[in-house]
Amino acid sequence: MAASNSKERGAAIDIKAATKRYGNFTALDDVSLHIEPGEFMTLLGPSGSGKTTTLNVVAGFTDLTSGDLAVGGKSIVALPAHKRNIGVVFQHYALFPHMTVGKNVAYPLTLRGMDKQARDRHVARALDMVKMADFAHRYPAELSGGQQQRVALARAIVFDPPLLLMDEPLGALDKKLREWLQLEIKRIHRELGTTFVYVTHDQEEALVLSDRIAVFNQGRIEQVGTGRQLYDEPATLFVAKFIGESTSLRGDAQTSGGETSLTIAGQKVVAGGKLAGGQKPVVLLRPEKLSLARTNTPAAAGQNSLTGQVSEAIYLGSGSKYQVTLGDGSVAIVRATLEATPFSIGDAVDLRWSVVDAKLLADDDRADMTMT
Amino acid sequence: MSQTSHTLAAGGDNPRPTGGVQGPQRRLRLAAYPSLLAMPALLLLIAAMGYPLLTVTLRSFSDPAWGMQNYVWFFSTPVNVTVLWRTFSIAAWVTIVCVIAAYPYAYLMTAVGPRMRLVLILCVLVPFWVSGVVRTLAWVILLQDSGIINSVVRLFGLDTVKLIRTQTGVVIGMAQVLLPFMILPLYSVMRGIDLRLVQAARSLGARPSLAFLQIYLPLSLPGVFAGAIIVFILSLGFYITPALLGGPRSTMLSTLVQSQVLSLLNWGRGGAMGVVLLVATFVLLALAAPLMRQRHKQASRS
Repeated sequence: MAASNSKERGAAIDIKAATKRYGNFTALDDVSLHIEPGEFMTLLGPSGSGKTTTLNVVAGFTDLTSGDLAVGGKSIVALPAHKRNIGVVFQHYALFPHMTVGKNVAYPLTLRGMDKQARDRHVARALDMVKMADFAHRYPAELSGGQQQRVALARAIVFDPPLLLMDEPLGALDKKLREWLQLEIKRIHRELGTTFVYVTHDQEEALVLSDRIAVFNQGRIEQVGTGRQLYDEPATLFVAKFIGESTSLRGDAQTSGGETSLTIAGQKVVAGGKLAGGQKPVVLLRPEKLSLARTNTPAAAGQNSLTGQVSEAIYLGSGSKYQVTLGDGSVAIVRATLEATPFSIGDAVDLRWSVVDAKLLADDDRADMTMT
Repeated sequence: MSQTSHTLAAGGDNPRPTGGVQGPQRRLRLAAYPSLLAMPALLLLIAAMGYPLLTVTLRSFSDPAWGMQNYVWFFSTPVNVTVLWRTFSIAAWVTIVCVIAAYPYAYLMTAVGPRMRLVLILCVLVPFWVSGVVRTLAWVILLQDSGIINSVVRLFGLDTVKLIRTQTGVVIGMAQVLLPFMILPLYSVMRGIDLRLVQAARSLGARPSLAFLQIYLPLSLPGVFAGAIIVFILSLGFYITPALLGGPRSTMLSTLVQSQVLSLLNWGRGGAMGVVLLVATFVLLALAAPLMRQRHKQASRS
């Protein structure tokens, strides 16, 4: 529980070619992932994407169909859950309702045969860390959701596991509490130095918490990287659409001299770069990379321009958000800092962006299907 | 418009001579006293339970003359005390057999899919729809010395087991009749237990048997207690099954009451037996109550 030389406490995790099938359904499809000791890794994805299955496999609640799993360099696939020494925090807290908070947190220590004095000391320290020291004699039903989850966290770290798994621990809490607990979890991760694996479907939460994020989709990992890498350099359209807001433009593609250009509703835009043969291109644009201009004002060099009409204008305080409907019916999302004369709904505008700010990706209908 | 509503309101304030206005007033009173909803059941209980019980109790003190003579007779006749003790002992055995048989069954009901669960529930309920006498007679056929059970036993070259007209036979028959009263409350409690708690215990280092003993079992105890109380109390008053399956050495108190009241027309002594059984049951429940009181509230499932 001591914060000193904390980086040595965490264990590295290696998931190698993990596959899990339920009859015809493949929940995990050849997933490989390396997690550094002490890293905060988030498994992000929509429901049914395999992130929770991965967590259950690591915890030992689910057996792999094939593949290997190592914690701290040692394979643990053959170990039952109770011998893995891994902390788990569940979405619905899973506190034992017939035990007080103190007994709940002491439970893993009792199982390990720790004597009462040492046990009390560890329990007090763990409850202190989650700021629940005054609640040791309460029963779980007497606590709020946020308090219960903090007790569950204390129970999962009290036996000093080298790895802590968290399955959407904040999913049942309201937004304000969630944001505050995110910072608490970050602080505890820093103080413990334990490896954290965190499952969520909330991309904002993933960005706040993680060192790195693994984006799951349909039982596979689409991309692993820091939040910045996933936002700026998405490997697939799915990742681009799952992390942050974006506009995707489709049109007839022509490639000449290593550069792709798209014709969208009769207007030609330069996409920059090119795709491997046979793939349908999509131009992906982040809202803050787009700008709006009055029609018939000249575009700067290296800028693309598409005419459209403002279909929604939202004032956000620090700026404005616009929806612009383009000639082919697609909608672009633009985030603009306050301008002298804001645009209004119905205004004819030019949608502009620098060629270098656009990201050319292969089209993928799975990306739209899973987006909600 | 406002004129009209004013007129209506005024009409409501001033009771008309006809009885029409009493309707809304009566309805109002019913809404104010929701306990009135219990009236039909309460009246039935008073008429069919309270009054007879009072009569029986009174007669136990007054028949044939006022005094304690019926109770003195009860406790000074060794056979009565023996039968009273046996009644409680048989009820306890039936309860134990029911707990042991019902616990895994109820657990299975929570673990299987919806279709299998329906089959399991039907298996519990169908015997309910068959008359207790028919079921008990079926047990006579099964348990008798030349019955199916003993035929199978002899097939394996073993000696005939004496089942009919023994306490064992009575316990078997009663446990079968009362099993649903144990399974159903147990199932309803087990259905509410979050199995993720067991998973959590395993992640904290508890091997499956420990996770069951320390987490699942304590959480299922309210169901065990609820079922046990129902089965135990129903057992105490059983008449048909012990009368048909039992012998002279497995007589229960209800049989003695029957012979006192219907054969000997001794209402005072029969009443005293009933009152003794009732008081003994209350004392036992009062002793067991602290054991069953839940010291915790069930966590709310959100």
